[in-house]
Amino acid sequence: MSLGLALLAILIVALAAGWLAYSRASRLRPANKLHSLPVYHGAYTALWAAIPALLLLAAWAPLQSGMVDKAVLASPEGRALPAFEMQRESILSEAREIASGERAQGFNPESSTLAPRFREAQSRYAMIGGSVALLVALAAAVLAARRSSPTFRARTGVERWVMIVLFAASLIAILTTLGILLSLMFESLRFFKLYPLHSFVFGLEWSPQTAIRADQAGSSGAFGSIPLLWGTFFIGAIIAMVVAVPLGLMSAIYLTQYAHVRVRAWLKPILEILAGVPTVVYGYFAALTVAPVVRDFGISIGITSASSESALAAGSVMGIMIIPFVSSMADDSIAAVPQAMRDGSLAMGATNSETIRKVLIPAALPGVMGGILLAVSRAIGETMIVVMAAGLAANLTANPFQSVTTVTTQIVGLLTGEQEFNSPKTLAAFALGLALFLITLLLNLIALHIVRRYREQYE
Amino acid sequence: MTDVRADAVPGTGSTAASRWTADAMQRRLRRRYAFERGFKLTGLAAICLSILFLAFLLWNMGSQGIGGFTQYQAALPIDFTKSDLFLDPAALRGPDAEQTVANADLSGAISKAATTAYGPEAAEMFSDGATTLLTKEIVRNPSILNGQATLWLPVGGKIDTAAKHQGDAASERIVAALKQKHALRRAFNAQFLKGSDATDPSAVGVWGALKGTFYTILVTILLAFPIGVLASVYLEEFAPKSWLSDAIEVSINNLAAVPSIIFGLLGLAVFLDVMNLPRSAPLVGGMTLALMTFPVIVIAGRNAIKSVPPSIREAALGVGASKLQVTFHHVLPLALPGILTGTIIGVARALGETAPLLLIGMRAFVAAPPNGISDPATVLPVQIFLWSDEVDRSFVEKTSAAIIVLLLFMLLMNGLAIYLRNRFERRW
Repeated sequence: MSLGLALLAILIVALAAGWLAYSRASRLRPANKLHSLPVYHGAYTALWAAIPALLLLAAWAPLQSGMVDKAVLASPEGRALPAFEMQRESILSEAREIASGERAQGFNPESSTLAPRFREAQSRYAMIGGSVALLVALAAAVLAARRSSPTFRARTGVERWVMIVLFAASLIAILTTLGILLSLMFESLRFFKLYPLHSFVFGLEWSPQTAIRADQAGSSGAFGSIPLLWGTFFIGAIIAMVVAVPLGLMSAIYLTQYAHVRVRAWLKPILEILAGVPTVVYGYFAALTVAPVVRDFGISIGITSASSESALAAGSVMGIMIIPFVSSMADDSIAAVPQAMRDGSLAMGATNSETIRKVLIPAALPGVMGGILLAVSRAIGETMIVVMAAGLAANLTANPFQSVTTVTTQIVGLLTGEQEFNSPKTLAAFALGLALFLITLLLNLIALHIVRRYREQYE
Repeated sequence: MTDVRADAVPGTGSTAASRWTADAMQRRLRRRYAFERGFKLTGLAAICLSILFLAFLLWNMGSQGIGGFTQYQAALPIDFTKSDLFLDPAALRGPDAEQTVANADLSGAISKAATTAYGPEAAEMFSDGATTLLTKEIVRNPSILNGQATLWLPVGGKIDTAAKHQGDAASERIVAALKQKHALRRAFNAQFLKGSDATDPSAVGVWGALKGTFYTILVTILLAFPIGVLASVYLEEFAPKSWLSDAIEVSINNLAAVPSIIFGLLGLAVFLDVMNLPRSAPLVGGMTLALMTFPVIVIAGRNAIKSVPPSIREAALGVGASKLQVTFHHVLPLALPGILTGTIIGVARALGETAPLLLIGMRAFVAAPPNGISDPATVLPVQIFLWSDEVDRSFVEKTSAAIIVLLLFMLLMNGLAIYLRNRFERRW
């Protein structure tokens, strides 16, 4: 019996028990006044039959694979396996695939002799787990069905289960956050055991190529994060914002203060399309169309070191992507300024533009600043544009025509090349991820704080 | 502006300067109005510039990509009696026919026929796709093996590039020769919609990536939508005021702003390394994207539930419904259009997402379309990224063509969201 079969059996038991309870309650109905509708009696029994048994099965599945491995290794064929761990692992995984029918033949001859052992152990443990779960389902179904009577509050019981499910769904949010934090911190700690923390935080040199042979030259394996952070800040917070803030702010002002309602109804969704274009498209656009133009322009004004992977190309395209974001944040903050302030200014004889510049913008400034911070946080977490258009060379330069690299580019670079497992290279990606997570978290918290305090001011 | 008498305004210095009709005042007013017009124009210019960027981006992709949907074909006269194909037309019956033909040296036969027809330079002019097409043609009509036939077959990437834009000298010569003989035509590239990734740019297609996208997004929706709806119902209707509810709320708001690549790191560390799920599979991709999408659905869902007026809840409670019945029978159906709009927007974002999928190994070269959620697969945005990295120039138009397909999907989904919002969303 496989676990899939056990799953099916449990579902059948639950459905059958539910149906029985439903029809029993229906028979009781004409003579008695039931507390709950028959359908709740059915659902109550079915839920009790299914949920504990399914939870048991879900807990058993990972346990089983460990126990199967142990049983196979303890068998005579398993003890004959080579002691070298990588080779043994590959034989084991091949045998596992043969046993489950995913492939017919392995590269290692041992795997085909091992496959029957796997099949045996798997069916033995699945038999144990499946039977226990099925027994639990049957027992729970009997216990639940015995409670059914005219006064039994089946609906309350069902609602309790539903509440548990609702709560479990919301817990996933916390589990995800914890999962992110723990996995990043765990891998980062392993990285900082291999590489000192202070050299990571304050180091000025980033060259993650570690020497494969001891006599190899020029591969120090330096993991100083300052050049990456500078590159990230330079592209995401300076160049992109130089493009996005004026355009986004002026667009918002025009849309909210000047544009006719019908024009606004057209222009705003069109502007929003900019935010909906996938980032890989922007990346391709930046790398293929914008970057050569920027390089040629750089060379024509006399910057001979202009790179085809310039910070300017990636940053400006990222700025275009951020425009609708800045615009809608500014839109919200301007709309939150009380109408009385605007009316007051206009009544004093100020023109529209004077009202906007002297009254609305200063009043909306905290909100706009918060919005810009959120935009910066989004820009520095953006990956595809910089992966495709910015370079991998970690330069510490303020020349926008030169190539800089960013945190996200390096994470992708470190994790998609040829990976040596547990090398500082792969672990460094997690340390960079942790840094990125903390920086964006900080920016978001500050921005939300500013926006909220400013809202309270006018409410 | 009404005429305000200057002497009515005290303390403004000289009377002449503050009178509306005075020259200085009029000049000042003109300057202010000019600035006003300038300011308004700047705003208009800003928004026009943004829209121009969009238009340029779309035009750029469109003009580069439209060529990817077409493919040059060349006429190839083959004399099967002179070719070294040892195929007996009579034996080509039944299900093994395709395998038998595929085992024969068709590409050799094609290159020999091309050499005979267009000279030695043309030996390599046809693509791998031509071999596949010829196989199908022979299986469909084995009798052509008995004589001569002229077939239109897709040309290789180099010739295609030379015919469309500018290629290397040898390819240009072949194109000129073909054009002179009227043996070159442009046809719709069905292979691009039916095929998968390949090393030969003229044989690549998006079907494999589309299928991978479909499975990935299916997993995402199946996980993120129920969890998102249930969580938003809990938070909005039932959550007690406690530190735990606050923690849930804070983490959802925070997750919605976490960079997508962090979710890729999470998927790599948890789904692949700890849970040992298969690499490159839509299952893992979908799970990772679901974690990213569900905060978006929760936020949209909470807003939709919040906007259902309390009178509906009170009425249902008043006739004896339980709190849960009120929620599931009345509030949730009324909030559903809003939740669906949010879901579509979240899923559209997941559809265009690339970075987290790169980290969980969905960037492998996958030549066969996946047949399930645990087969190795790639998705359309990742496919675009992979093609954009190719050196071969004829991948440029394929990449842009794939971008057109992706953008069409995005437009479709966003259009659907807007339609749903306008059609079903109620304002109370």
